[in-house]
Amino acid sequence: MSEIFVIVEHRLGEIRDITFEMLWKAGELAQKLSYTVTTIILGHELNSIVDNISDRADKIIIFDDERLKNFNADIYKEILSGLIEESKPTLTLIGNTSWGMELAPCLSVKTGLPLATDCIDIMFKDDKFIAQRQMFNGKIFSNVSFAESKECLLTIRSGVFPKDKIGDRQAEIIQKDFPLTDIPLKKNFIEFVETAAGDVDISQAELLVSVGRGIGEEENISLIKELAEALGGVVSCSRPIVDKNWLPKHLQVGTSGKSVSPKVYIAVGISGAFQHMSGASGAGIIIAVNKDPKAPIFRTADYGIVDDLFKIVPVLKEKVLELKKG
Amino acid sequence: MDIVVCVKRVPLTEEVDLVIDEQKKGIKKDQLAFILNDWDNYAIEEAIILKEKYGGTVVAITVGNEDDEEVLRRSLAMGADRAIRVEVSDISRFDSLGISKILSCVVKDLPCDLVFTGVLADDDNCGIVGIMMAENLNMNHANMVTAIEIEDGKARVTSELEGGLGEISLIDLPALITIQTGINEPRYVSILGIRKAAKKELKIMNLADLGISDEELSPKTIIEEVYLPPETEGAQMLTGDPDKIASDFIEILTKKGVME
Ligand SMILES: Cc1cc2nc3c(=O)[nH]c(=O)nc-3n(C[C@H](O)[C@H](O)[C@H](O)COP(=O)(O)OP(=O)(O)OC[C@H]3O[C@@H](n4cnc5c(N)ncnc54)[C@H](O)[C@@H]3O)c2cc1C
Repeated sequence: MSEIFVIVEHRLGEIRDITFEMLWKAGELAQKLSYTVTTIILGHELNSIVDNISDRADKIIIFDDERLKNFNADIYKEILSGLIEESKPTLTLIGNTSWGMELAPCLSVKTGLPLATDCIDIMFKDDKFIAQRQMFNGKIFSNVSFAESKECLLTIRSGVFPKDKIGDRQAEIIQKDFPLTDIPLKKNFIEFVETAAGDVDISQAELLVSVGRGIGEEENISLIKELAEALGGVVSCSRPIVDKNWLPKHLQVGTSGKSVSPKVYIAVGISGAFQHMSGASGAGIIIAVNKDPKAPIFRTADYGIVDDLFKIVPVLKEKVLELKKG
Repeated sequence: MDIVVCVKRVPLTEEVDLVIDEQKKGIKKDQLAFILNDWDNYAIEEAIILKEKYGGTVVAITVGNEDDEEVLRRSLAMGADRAIRVEVSDISRFDSLGISKILSCVVKDLPCDLVFTGVLADDDNCGIVGIMMAENLNMNHANMVTAIEIEDGKARVTSELEGGLGEISLIDLPALITIQTGINEPRYVSILGIRKAAKKELKIMNLADLGISDEELSPKTIIEEVYLPPETEGAQMLTGDPDKIASDFIEILTKKGVME
């Protein structure tokens, strides 16, 4: 029977949500196509992780070894390529995360299997698998197929599939020994560091006014600060604003920043890249101000204002102040 | 410190209505403006910073047609010493693996301690080429890097993980590193600077020079179709004059209980 591999991502003893999301999609496809789901876990001291997913797969293959304590793309690649060669899974799913984006391309070269990254859906049409993905930051969608290969590797975008359990499975657990005899450690893990520490905690704010690259110049950020102040809200931002050092990292919303859950999220001059929006998905409502009517943010926002922010933001601020004066 | 940086020219898609081409395999590009891929801009800057500190050379490479030389000239103006373009009239016939093979062929004959690519390109958003090159070249690698320090023949790198966590590791050189935005502040390039850099060497190679056959480059992933995003309900638009928009805005906030 055909098999789907799901590579478990975990960090500091905890399963990452992307693992559950991949297991959901794998489970759905397996149900439809009568495939089996095999998850592979590499790491050390993995009991609680295994417990968490044992009812979501048909098979769990575990490599538990001190040498696997930290993620290392090369070691993962060596072990997984051996396993893939042996079992020939039709699909191998990997998270499109920082680690997955390093693992998948080298695994693809090593195994010779085709790779589609950052997939938002996997479909089975006319006897072949099609990966759905986005280009141009979400302005274009594409369907990708795989030449002359029955097997392929896919990395899956975080947050597109539910984390729920699908179907009823009871995994057979297979413990394997560390299979590599020599590992020329090319890369040594040193430590994790917190890069987004700061005094303001945007994850607790009820109202966020978030500024993006559309603001143009550093000095214009005062415009956003003034609006936030008038509203009694807190300023946050998209990544380019942090990259330019205009605001500190702890104010960044998104996959590489913070996840926020305000009642209202006002996004000004932000295009709506998924890496940004995934951090704002907990918001009660999203109001977007953008001069490009085709900006992807209008697809996910609840309310939209299509206008030049330099025209509309001062008016919003004045109106709010007027109202407060009574 | 000899550093090779792979760069790409990508279209600007802000505020334009993208149009799908007749074959439904890509978008029409003739009306679009192009820039150096944002991630690559940071990669070039990082190479130049390291060169300024440790000496050595910086070589910028791209795969593409004559128009794509624009990003090489920009890289030269920023401080790269020389540039190489691999002549390919239409890169869309290759997938990321093909491009990674072409670039690897160029890099393998260059002296280098470090190879940089951007984490991903703003057009296809694949994020594959860099790490595939490392595997092709059997080189050490680090992904999504936001800081690099050189310590006795090794690079101490910070890789960005999700949720504001960084992972520090030590890798032996030579190594391939994919550069994440924000690692530095790319310098400004003037038109005059670009004109001056015209004197620097820009070498053109073709696939035959590199000894790569078309078969080796045949794509493993195939774009079946590209299309505009499926319609969604989308945002409810606030329209009218700014005063009307502002009062609707305030009404929404009041309903949500965030306006006293
Ligand atoms: C691994 C990885 C992790 C990432 N993590 C994050 C993250 O955590 N957070 C994050 O935000 N991004 C993240 N990104 C970057 C993300 O892909 C986008 O590049 C980024 O979110 C874009 O920010 P932006 O919307 O501010 O800028 P742009 O995409 O440049 O959008 C600017 C918008 O402003 C509009 N605009 C311009 N001028 C005006 C005006 N005068 N009035 C009104 N509107 C105007 C434009 O129409 C445009 O839509 C990550 C990327 C990668 C690869």
